[in-house]
Amino acid sequence: MDNKQKEQILRSSGVNVLKCMRCGKCTATCPNYEEMEYHPHEFVYMVEKGDLEKLMASQSIYRCLTCFACVERCPRGVEPAKLIEAVRLAAVHRQGENHIVPDDIPGMLDDDLPQQAIVSVFRKYTK
Amino acid sequence: MRTFTYYPGCTLRTKAKDLDRYARACAKALDISLEEPEEWQCCGGVYTTAHDEIATKLSAVRTLNSAKEKNTPLVTVCSACHNVIKQTNYDISHDAETASKVNNYMQLETPYLGETVVYHYLEMLRDVVGFDELAKKVTDPLTGKKIAAYYGCLLLRPSKALAMDDPENPHIIEDLIRAIGAEPVIYAQRNECCGGYMTMEDRSSAVKRSTAVVTSAAEMGADMIITACPLCLYNLKKNSQTELPVYYFTEVLAEALGVKEDS
Repeated sequence: MDNKQKEQILRSSGVNVLKCMRCGKCTATCPNYEEMEYHPHEFVYMVEKGDLEKLMASQSIYRCLTCFACVERCPRGVEPAKLIEAVRLAAVHRQGENHIVPDDIPGMLDDDLPQQAIVSVFRKYTK
Repeated sequence: MRTFTYYPGCTLRTKAKDLDRYARACAKALDISLEEPEEWQCCGGVYTTAHDEIATKLSAVRTLNSAKEKNTPLVTVCSACHNVIKQTNYDISHDAETASKVNNYMQLETPYLGETVVYHYLEMLRDVVGFDELAKKVTDPLTGKKIAAYYGCLLLRPSKALAMDDPENPHIIEDLIRAIGAEPVIYAQRNECCGGYMTMEDRSSAVKRSTAVVTSAAEMGADMIITACPLCLYNLKKNSQTELPVYYFTEVLAEALGVKEDS
């Protein structure tokens, strides 16, 4: 495993994965956990192990709603959402790897969809 | 009259005109001047928490700095803008490296170091106007209405940066509801996510979340839900399988202050 990438992800997220005591509260409180292949507490452990490729290839990194429930409620202040953000950025920063392209957008629109949703999707899914 | 720099954000100019229009009308009725900067950019909708992402934070810094230059506090009404701007301000104040990189790029005459005080419109009502004073200005109380406050995620979290209310047991919107003469309805899902931007890529997950929120409010006997967030309003109205009217908090406030028809 590329240790440099793990270091970069840890530095960019500011998360100390060693603080995690694996209580699973982040996953229990995640409103979108059913949609994820890897859940927030697994994310933390997989980054600790350096298992990054599996995470970067998983749709789970695009299923985080950035609602900060796990950040707020972690009893150890691990802040899993920040780790998910850093892994997702590492994935979409690869050449040709934006998760969404502008041509996808028109098919997703309806008359009431707020701009906030569109800019958020670009911010989360693209470089 | 008290003056604030007012940042509407992109959605309030397009799909959420009601949120903006009623916010301006109510401010006028409360003797508050909201001054929009001549130029502003979209905040980006969601905050990028990664420390090495600088470009995505600059539009919020420009807004913060424009309020600093006018020597006024900054007020926002959209939950997303509020979240992005407050998190940016918090990081600039608490992370010297972010502050240094941002200022290295911006080359302002005086570096921006987090000086601007940021209020959400609700905080302005609570901390500047005061809910007791607000109650005195109510001409058309919403007596008998049972209103469920929907906070969602962006108003409250992360609480160390947003510092708005207790993130697990908030009461700022319920206090507003009492001030306008209505009865607040407390329900379990009031500070859980509506599904947010997931509606674009996978509507079914937003349907699940929004239905859970609206059902929770309906079960506790709410007549309506109020929110400060355009995307929450969209999800709760369009993606929920339980029906309950959803309004911006500024609309019910305008009604109570008797300025709804003029705005």
